[in-house]
Amino acid sequence: MDAYLTILQLLDSTVRLATPLLLACLAGLYSERAGIFDIGLEGKMLAAAFFSAAVAAVTGSVWVGLLAGIAASLVLSAIHGIASITFRGNQLISGVAINFLAAGLTVLVAQAWFRQGGRTPSLFGKGRFEPITLPFAESLQSVPIIGPLYYELISGHSILVYLAFAAVPFTWWLLFRTRFGLRLRAVGENPAAVDTAGVSVVGLRFAAVGICGVLCGIAGAYLSTALQAGFVKDMSAGRGFIALAALIFAKWRPWHALYATLLFGLFGALETRPDVIEAVIGMKVQGQLLSALPYIMTVIILAGFVGKAIPPRAGGEPYVKER
Amino acid sequence: MEVMPKWAEVILVPLISLLLAAILSALVILAIGEDPIAAVKMMVTGALGSTYGWGYTLYYATNFMFTGLAVSVAFHARMFNIGGEGQAALGGLGVALACLYIPWPHWSLALVGAAVAGGLFGAAWAAIPAWLQARRGSHIVITTIMFNFIAASLLNYVLVNLLRPKGSQDPASARFVDTVNLPTLHDMLAPIGINFSKSGPANVSLLIAIAACVFVWFLIWRTRLGYEIRSFGNSESAARYAGIRPFKIIMVSMMISGALAGMMAINNVMGEAERLVMNSVEGAGFIGIAVALMGRSHPFGVFIAAILFGFLYQGGAELALWTSIPRELIVVIQALVILFTGALDNMVRMPLERIFLSLRNRKEG
Repeated sequence: MDAYLTILQLLDSTVRLATPLLLACLAGLYSERAGIFDIGLEGKMLAAAFFSAAVAAVTGSVWVGLLAGIAASLVLSAIHGIASITFRGNQLISGVAINFLAAGLTVLVAQAWFRQGGRTPSLFGKGRFEPITLPFAESLQSVPIIGPLYYELISGHSILVYLAFAAVPFTWWLLFRTRFGLRLRAVGENPAAVDTAGVSVVGLRFAAVGICGVLCGIAGAYLSTALQAGFVKDMSAGRGFIALAALIFAKWRPWHALYATLLFGLFGALETRPDVIEAVIGMKVQGQLLSALPYIMTVIILAGFVGKAIPPRAGGEPYVKER
Repeated sequence: MEVMPKWAEVILVPLISLLLAAILSALVILAIGEDPIAAVKMMVTGALGSTYGWGYTLYYATNFMFTGLAVSVAFHARMFNIGGEGQAALGGLGVALACLYIPWPHWSLALVGAAVAGGLFGAAWAAIPAWLQARRGSHIVITTIMFNFIAASLLNYVLVNLLRPKGSQDPASARFVDTVNLPTLHDMLAPIGINFSKSGPANVSLLIAIAACVFVWFLIWRTRLGYEIRSFGNSESAARYAGIRPFKIIMVSMMISGALAGMMAINNVMGEAERLVMNSVEGAGFIGIAVALMGRSHPFGVFIAAILFGFLYQGGAELALWTSIPRELIVVIQALVILFTGALDNMVRMPLERIFLSLRNRKEG
């Protein structure tokens, strides 16, 4: 029973750590499916993490904070859109710039605003997303197997976790069962065809970049108002890049994005529990290997040694109408 | 058809981009309630007002010359090498191993040996993504990003488990022996009667960096290989038709790029820290991107841009010391430079082209 509980706790922290990855991964999915590479996921998450924590701290309402986070992320999305869609600039360079912009500005503004060395005040009460206890979780706890599973793993997360998981089927439905989704995917594969059909390539791509901004905003808000209670410098800590890795790992598909981010979340959870790994596989695994594993696996997938990952065909290419 | 004259292309466009970045930076400083003019004054005195300041400015500039050249060489082959950070970290490992385990009789031999070791390690770390791009079609940008993280984990492992001296808690290698300590600008300038500050970390690596600028210029514009790299960068299909092998160009250009990034370690690891510490690169690999973009991938441009960023770095440190403006201001400026000279290049270029076109039409008509 003890082992079972340990596994449940491990899976529970897997879910917690996978949530921001999942949201950012889906964000990247919309953008890259529409043909706009986005290596600025990291920066957008970071900006959203700061602004949601800052506004939540000032107003005392985490919901206002969430909106502020989304707004901040959308501003960076707009910059990315203007640079890479309107001015047909290099999408990768724009993404790099956005990451640095967020890394610098968050600390600068935090220092000017709160004077606490680049962090926000700690959030409490209504300033945070509290865990939600699902109905009957307490009363069913004594039921064997299912009770603890329901209580430990499924219940007791913040609302953003449930939102992230709901976003997976929704994304699948939107991309593969609606006209908008068909066009969005087409614009990432063959924008000229979309243009010929009389649909605005620029409009669709901006829509995709906008959705990407909203999702990154939620991901960032989750980091600072649910996973932790407040913003600290560089708190996204490479999660945007792990999400990017997960996106490639998932070959730009929504359900696979869920599996990939859960897997990478599990690696993160295992890093804090070396005792569990030792008990399961009978030998010590270096923490550094675990933290590098998502990247190594992505390189292997990208190299096509285990099932080739082929990105959307028009990805990274600015669309020029005259051609 | 060339719409703009060459001087406009080479000087006017980057200058306007820089101006836009500078204006926005000033607005940022205003927005956080500080005085931009006072800030600039403090940065100038702090970074250029004394030989102490110059010692740091030139030390940072040395790092950025190496990483800027690294990004530039790859740019010429139309490869975007974001992996300078990881390649420089691995270069640090190479330099540290050369300094720790080979009994060098004199610092000059050690410098050559360490530069070779750092270059080899950096080149090897760049060779894997290059091979994956050339043979398997994996996107070089994504793989080099991933390799930055893998390098960080690898170095963490090596420092904690292998290089850390017994009994030390600090995840860093042992200190190098005194014979491999590089002469600083103070040591070099004293014999000719110039009294340069003792505490500035700028050292003989600066000369190597300048030599590397000349080397890259010669390589890109005066050799057959450089011609092939540029042809490949301009048009892969034309280059292929001319008998240039893409595999060779991708591998060679990325390995030269990685070697340049790796050689940076003779400055920060061998010249300054004199041991290998965690995160010794401190973002210099990424600044290389800004430096290469600003310098238009030309070695002379890179040289100037590296000194400018060296100034910004040292000036920013002074600001953080004396005012409440955090060091991160430099990261913002760096981001704006990348944004305007890189991603928003067309925003400046398109209106300028229109102006030059109408000027020419008027002349003809």
